[in-house]
Amino acid sequence: MHQYPLWKSMTVLAIVLASILLALPNVYGETAALQMSRKDRAAFTGADAGQFEQLLAREGIAYEDLYADADGRMWIRFDGVERQLEARDAINKAFEGQFAVATTFAPRAPRWLTKLGLKPMSLGLDLRGGIYLVYEVDVQGAVAQLTQVLERDLRKVLREARIPYDEVAAAGPQLTVTLKDPAQAADARAAISAFDPGLQVVDGAVPGQVLARLTEDQVRQRQDFAIQQNITALKNRVDALGVAEPVIQRQGLNRIAVQLPGIQDAAEVVRVLGKVATLEFRLVDPVNSPLEAKRSGRAPLGTRLYEDRQGNPVLLKRDVIATGEQLIDASSTLSQGEPAVDVVLDGRGGEEMLRTTRENLGKPMAVVFIEKERELVERDGKKVVVDRSSEEVISVATIRGIFSNRFQITGLTAGEGQELAKLLRAGALAAPLYIVEQRLIGPSLGKDNIERGFLALAIGMVGTLVFMVVYYRMFGLIAVGALVMNVVMITATLSLFGAALTLPGIAGIVLTVGMAADANVLIYERIREELRNGTTPWAAIHGGFDHALSAIVDGNITTLIAAVMLFAFGTGPIRGFALVLFIGILTTLFAALMGTRALIQLVYGRRGRLERLSV
Amino acid sequence: MEFFKKVPQIRFMERRRYWYITSAVMIVASLALVAVRGLNFGIDFTGGVVIEAAFPAAADLEASRAALAEAGVEGAQVQTFGTVNDVLVRLPPTEAGNTRQQGEAAVAALKSVDAAVVIKRTEAIGPQVGRELAEKGATALIMTLLFIGLYVIMRFQWKFAVGAILAALHDPLVIVGFFALTQMTFDLAVLSSILAVIGYSLNDTVVVFDRVRERMPMLRKSTPVQAMDVAINETLSRTLMTSVSTLIVVTALFLLAGETLRGFSVALIIGVFVGTYSSIYVAGAVTLDLGLSNRDLMPPEKKEEADALP
Repeated sequence: MHQYPLWKSMTVLAIVLASILLALPNVYGETAALQMSRKDRAAFTGADAGQFEQLLAREGIAYEDLYADADGRMWIRFDGVERQLEARDAINKAFEGQFAVATTFAPRAPRWLTKLGLKPMSLGLDLRGGIYLVYEVDVQGAVAQLTQVLERDLRKVLREARIPYDEVAAAGPQLTVTLKDPAQAADARAAISAFDPGLQVVDGAVPGQVLARLTEDQVRQRQDFAIQQNITALKNRVDALGVAEPVIQRQGLNRIAVQLPGIQDAAEVVRVLGKVATLEFRLVDPVNSPLEAKRSGRAPLGTRLYEDRQGNPVLLKRDVIATGEQLIDASSTLSQGEPAVDVVLDGRGGEEMLRTTRENLGKPMAVVFIEKERELVERDGKKVVVDRSSEEVISVATIRGIFSNRFQITGLTAGEGQELAKLLRAGALAAPLYIVEQRLIGPSLGKDNIERGFLALAIGMVGTLVFMVVYYRMFGLIAVGALVMNVVMITATLSLFGAALTLPGIAGIVLTVGMAADANVLIYERIREELRNGTTPWAAIHGGFDHALSAIVDGNITTLIAAVMLFAFGTGPIRGFALVLFIGILTTLFAALMGTRALIQLVYGRRGRLERLSV
Repeated sequence: MEFFKKVPQIRFMERRRYWYITSAVMIVASLALVAVRGLNFGIDFTGGVVIEAAFPAAADLEASRAALAEAGVEGAQVQTFGTVNDVLVRLPPTEAGNTRQQGEAAVAALKSVDAAVVIKRTEAIGPQVGRELAEKGATALIMTLLFIGLYVIMRFQWKFAVGAILAALHDPLVIVGFFALTQMTFDLAVLSSILAVIGYSLNDTVVVFDRVRERMPMLRKSTPVQAMDVAINETLSRTLMTSVSTLIVVTALFLLAGETLRGFSVALIIGVFVGTYSSIYVAGAVTLDLGLSNRDLMPPEKKEEADALP
């Protein structure tokens, strides 16, 4: 009668042990660290550690640990931010330009834990400090850019088809063509459809007017393109900031959220992220030696010296065939089973491409990726705007046929294809970007928030636990066990899913502790009632759990609904609160219903007949 | 230890008219306060700029205000925040789209007052984003009430559901009224704690209702009013126990978690009191006055949790 099935006790034990293991890395915490990767994308191995050890020893900078991880990155852990920054500067100075060095945090947990893939909870920006930016992409503007290109192209199409027109005007996703001779409307429709079969072409309300409209699909595609393009561009630029764990994600229809933990200089971030990218298609100079040009520092007449992404010199002709403004789309694809990139240019770019390819069949053509940065510089006491640009060759490919505005770049690996398509898109005429939200949390506030949050948690917990023990004695102690189990399980779940802990999240844990006590209270009050009615202790325990069940479940589901809604509609740190509340309800149900029961079994199970309960 | 040696016999429902009046007064007062004084919305909802800065010594608010005015930053509110060294600067949103630049100008102005000032936090939110957050918050509130209402209807008889939903509406209104009265900042964190309060208050209501559902068929000779009183009395020590344990943790949050969570914990503290009160005097009383009778509880009762043992 009083046996609690062994398998249930074992399940509880297994879950508790697993939770303890998962939560364990949090005990050790995190500390300042540097994360390095090679600019040439080769992996670091343990053998590379020596050079850093020597450098740090020479500079007299103490560190806690130094190791290469499975992804080929080198980590150095320090006991504080000062050492970390000293070391960063030393490394940048000693190995100028060879490595990307990012400041970050690394878990202090022993290696065997990290080897198991166990990590502590990641901390939200409000606890760690950093910058949170939300960009809004002008998607309407992106569509307008496309129709403006079409406007130019359609004029040319009509001219070539010898159809005189009064006006071609773009408005939103629609172009209105007014013909001189209404009788030519059908010809005009045919010519436009032939130029771009994707357009919806219809007669306008006025005779002699032809409307060309982007389909809803095209509009959506263009908007997605604009967002994706900006996300790629932002990702590229964030790399340059040296942030270890940036988060860049689309938010809703037209926003991009950027989280940069640990970064403090908002002005620098805004400047670097606000760069403008473009592309240039140029022919490669097949005659002169780029190495020679690099050595002498002088490019032969009519050429310019560039470098590719590996740093190798490339000599390109001065004439530009097409630019990023003329690129309509680029996407990675498969061509006869081989990775390839489909490129679409506008009419003008296509025309120039046709002329160039006709004359240069079999010769190599390159794509240059250019990023410009506007900067205010003081010169002679006056502030002047300076455009700084960085240029690199992202693709060299041989012209295998004569083509105009649609062509393919082949001879790539799958990864290269995707990377090239991304860069090409990033270099296309960019949809304008605005910052609509910016939050900066200083590192001191982050530290304060953690300390205060955990102090509130500790005091709140101790208060509740003391209260429970005073009120329920032995059963109170059991409730203490269940509550501690509960907090360990919440920590374990958050660590497992890598969910970020925020200050409201800590508040959620605190609140869960208070509300979780309720489940135990419901059970215990029932047990007391049963005892008062004269039932035997074991029957009272059974009855207590039985009768409290419906109230516990119904009560918790209402809070669960509130948590789900909060998560669905909340943003930022508030979602952290909702998540913890949600997880907390599930762990509460488990800890109160199964955990408490198993603990009662543990305490009273072996005593057989009970005279009285300490409740 | 026990609050009551035996089950108390308080006749809660006898004087429910007075409590109806109390609730009505609270709600009318809340609505009036919101209408007259309005809520002091945080920049989460309005857009604008917030800057939290720590001066090395007691902050000179006048000098800060003067520096901000000189820098051409308009409509800045400057107040101390937590300690005398810390200040909070709030700027209204600008429709011109230069909210962020205003923030940067304000930071520069503060630094001109004392170069050693530490900027602990800046937040700049465009007015559009603020409007959207407000919309989303309102949606979350409505959806929560809707779904919880549906759940209660599913699990209980409709008269209970009406009582529970009225109680769930009652609590946020009182909290909002308090924020209108004190003009404390009403931000996203406060809104989320209101949602938590709705969950808490309903939890409390459900416990009482669960007891009514269980006891009423057994108390055939009693009137519904007596049955409700029995249910409330029998769960009273649990109600007190849970209120106290929740109060302990939210008080810890209020006292220790810092200024950022102040509004959040204040809303929770009020919520614990109002939520407990409303379970009895709104949810319970309304359900009674909707004509709850034994018959309402007869059919769904018999089948119960034989196999649902933990």
